[in-house]
Amino acid sequence: MHFRIHPTSIQPLYLQLTQQVRHAIETGVLQPGDLLPGIRTLAEQLVVSPNTVVKAYSELEHEGVLEMRQGSGAFVAGRKATKTQSDRVRQAQERVRALVERLQTDGFSDDEIQRLVEAELFYRAPAQKR
Amino acid sequence: MADAWVIETQSLSKRYGALDAVRQLDLRVSTGRITGFLGRNGAGKSTTIKMLLGMSHPTSGTGRLLGRQIDDARECRAARHHVAYVAEDKQTYAYMTVGEMIAFTRSFYGDWRIDVEARLLKQYDLPVRRKVKALSKGMRTKLALLLALARRPQLLILDEPSEGLDPVSIEELLQSLVAAAAEGSAVFFSSHQISEVERIADHVCMLDRGRLVLDASLDAIRRDFRRLEVGFAHEPPRVDWPATDVGSVRSTGRQVSILAKRNVDAMIERAYGAGAVSVESSAVSLREVFLDQATEHT
Repeated sequence: MHFRIHPTSIQPLYLQLTQQVRHAIETGVLQPGDLLPGIRTLAEQLVVSPNTVVKAYSELEHEGVLEMRQGSGAFVAGRKATKTQSDRVRQAQERVRALVERLQTDGFSDDEIQRLVEAELFYRAPAQKR
Repeated sequence: MADAWVIETQSLSKRYGALDAVRQLDLRVSTGRITGFLGRNGAGKSTTIKMLLGMSHPTSGTGRLLGRQIDDARECRAARHHVAYVAEDKQTYAYMTVGEMIAFTRSFYGDWRIDVEARLLKQYDLPVRRKVKALSKGMRTKLALLLALARRPQLLILDEPSEGLDPVSIEELLQSLVAAAAEGSAVFFSSHQISEVERIADHVCMLDRGRLVLDASLDAIRRDFRRLEVGFAHEPPRVDWPATDVGSVRSTGRQVSILAKRNVDAMIERAYGAGAVSVESSAVSLREVFLDQATEHT
């Protein structure tokens, strides 16, 4: 399983990691019972603070996504994702990809697109807020 | 919880003639973390580190290293036994070979980790028979790291460790710092390279002209820090922004640009309350925060 961390992103690194684990489970790349890399291994591989991995794993454990077994590491918990669930995610991914491509064609930079998406997710437009 | 801080200073100051190198510094560095010590060249980072290690005497103020007074020679020595320091110039005994240097250092430490020594010697590919003075800068850094890490220190302090290294060596250096943290060492490293701090640090302390201008977790910077561009249709009114929430405020014509550290929503409301016609909020990178804070008082 390959994870990627973007240090310059405005999203906390541990959240980037939790999202990638969740996404891998939703698409079926990670499946129940799979063992995740150890904290030190993953920290060294991604060159991030071990606390980043600890925080990501413990949040996922709290949500019931991962199961920590004493001495043997972090496992993907629960039952296999249903087919419809992973199909839905894949379809959504297609739609997002199409939208991003269209915006890129229209000349928006990756940064601009990211900001636009973030603005929609995190803040309503200021005018609505008033 | 005094034990939670590996470094703690109160009003620590250093004056060289007319120059205030470090001013009234209240620095706290936590255990169990990687802390980046960021600042421009000449901001006072090295001076601070030297005072912490008892290599330079504060003009005023005081501090504790692993709970021991830095201005008491005996206490400072006791603390130093559990602190490994990688200096900027990485001065070691140039006439010794790498092997001799390792054996020499090993003899001072009863709890020397021979397994760590062997692992790093292999990983760093250090030439054991070569004289230290004939090593490249990258090799010297690796040797200094090996000597520091084999002691398995409670606290690892590094002064500009990546200075003058090529990208591959920097990557190996950062990996070693991560490994040291995973082994339980608190790591405190100074740098003016934002990208390094952004990658491996849990927390960042930033100095500018001897003053602490930022003390925050990287998660908090990513999550809470925002740039607010506030527009008015007339001369901007005077607004008392809460000092603890604001990094800087700059006015240009009818626009006010604010670096908000927290409570962004409340500040947006306050801006509209003061008659703003538009407020735009965008994320800020550590680079922006650095440039903002480092140019704030010019």
